[in-house]
Amino acid sequence: MQILSFFQGLLSSLLTSLGELAILAWETICSIARGRVRVWLTLRQIAEIGFGSQLVVVVTGAFTGAVFTAQAYFQFASLNMETAVGPVVALSMFRELGPALTGLMVAGRVGAAMTAEIGTMKVTQQIDALRALAVNPVDYLVVPRALAMFISMPLLVVECVGLGVLASYYVGVHVLNINGVYFFANVQKWTEGSDIMMSLIKGFVFGGLIVFISCREGLRAKDGAVGVGRATTATVVTSSLAILIANFFLTMALNILFPAGQR
Amino acid sequence: MNEPLIHVQDLVQRIGSQDILRGLTLDLFPGETLVLLGKSGGGKSVFLRHLIGLMPPVSGSIVFEGQEITKLGERELESVRRKIGMLFQDGALFDSMNVFDNVAFPLRERGERNPAVVREKVAQSLAMVNMAGHDQKMPVNLSGGMRKRVALARAIISPPDVILYDEPTAGLDPIVSDSINRLIRRLQREIRVTSLVVTHDLISCNHIADRVALLDGGRIHFLGTLSELRETRDPVVRDFVDGRSGETVY
Repeated sequence: MQILSFFQGLLSSLLTSLGELAILAWETICSIARGRVRVWLTLRQIAEIGFGSQLVVVVTGAFTGAVFTAQAYFQFASLNMETAVGPVVALSMFRELGPALTGLMVAGRVGAAMTAEIGTMKVTQQIDALRALAVNPVDYLVVPRALAMFISMPLLVVECVGLGVLASYYVGVHVLNINGVYFFANVQKWTEGSDIMMSLIKGFVFGGLIVFISCREGLRAKDGAVGVGRATTATVVTSSLAILIANFFLTMALNILFPAGQR
Repeated sequence: MNEPLIHVQDLVQRIGSQDILRGLTLDLFPGETLVLLGKSGGGKSVFLRHLIGLMPPVSGSIVFEGQEITKLGERELESVRRKIGMLFQDGALFDSMNVFDNVAFPLRERGERNPAVVREKVAQSLAMVNMAGHDQKMPVNLSGGMRKRVALARAIISPPDVILYDEPTAGLDPIVSDSINRLIRRLQREIRVTSLVVTHDLISCNHIADRVALLDGGRIHFLGTLSELRETRDPVVRDFVDGRSGETVY
């Protein structure tokens, strides 16, 4: 009986969270549609999210591409399929690793910071002050962050994938002595525009998940510094899980639109 | 007396299992300064938050300028909030902005884009609260009294019809408290603002009040002038005014 009520509670809190996320997303989209956009704040958030995340995304993409190339080479070399390493790494980076890793990195770096900032404002009554001054917190805090995230995430994904493929080329050709011409030709042959589209769509969706989860956790923060810490942890955990789960369903759905292996 | 600017009727608020407000009824008239006294944790600040729509009541009504505000949504409340300023207990300044940007915030949000006009109005507001020359400081570098004065400058830069003060002198030394009291009086004189001041500071009450209300048990227990407060023999009011807890010391 206790187990049943535990799962009932869990389901109820999950549905409540999803409902609140949907409401926040809807309010944000309505605000954007009605032109309640603060351009200067949005530009500042683009600098914070997009420009500020460059290093972590570049390093993640480059080293993932490099290590994936090495592992693929060690397996493929025994089958004399070294030149297949390039397309395998490129497709994996475009379709899965690039968006997922960028999402996880941005959730850890930007999502946590967003929740901490908004949560601190909440527990120190700054959000009440905003409301008292007739400024809607969604318009002022969520809309600029959401717009900045929707613009920045696809670009960060492109950067992560690009650096991953470049690192793969460097390690494959210059370290593992794969023939550069075949490597490049195979990457070109097996990588299509649809792979890039899939990458961008995933980046966009993951950006949305991160920004709405982070802002919601921040806006719900309570109980002072401890509560802000709790909200920040919840953001990183929830965003990361949401990205990994959404990635599976997106892969299945997008594979209908952009089927793999049809060349 | 003329029509009340704010009419509160049978306001009820419950947080968890605790009844905070149990049918509070109160009128606030144009131009007056009403001081709301009451014990700490008695629901004074909670009541104040209802007047600006920061908290919806369980039941009851609040009418501001003839409009029932308890049923309004967040967006509809914005027009009401432009007419009611609020001074939060610790100022609630935006800690990512300096004093100038904090004070300029309401102006810019209401569409004022001319930097010269913003500068002039911020300077006027800061001068009014005796904070001229501190405009580049960050809130973290201000004392409690300075934070409250900056918050007050922010509240009055687009002159509201009503200002709600939440414990304006709490935690301040007597001299700074006196300067805040004088400021409240000055605002009433100079911009004819209606004020509702929540406090348990009787010295402050003596300086600024036109009328005094005492909140006890979630209801208005006493409402009258300062002289009526001094003369009443009501035991609850007397205990509060004379500072008697009623506890026995063994």
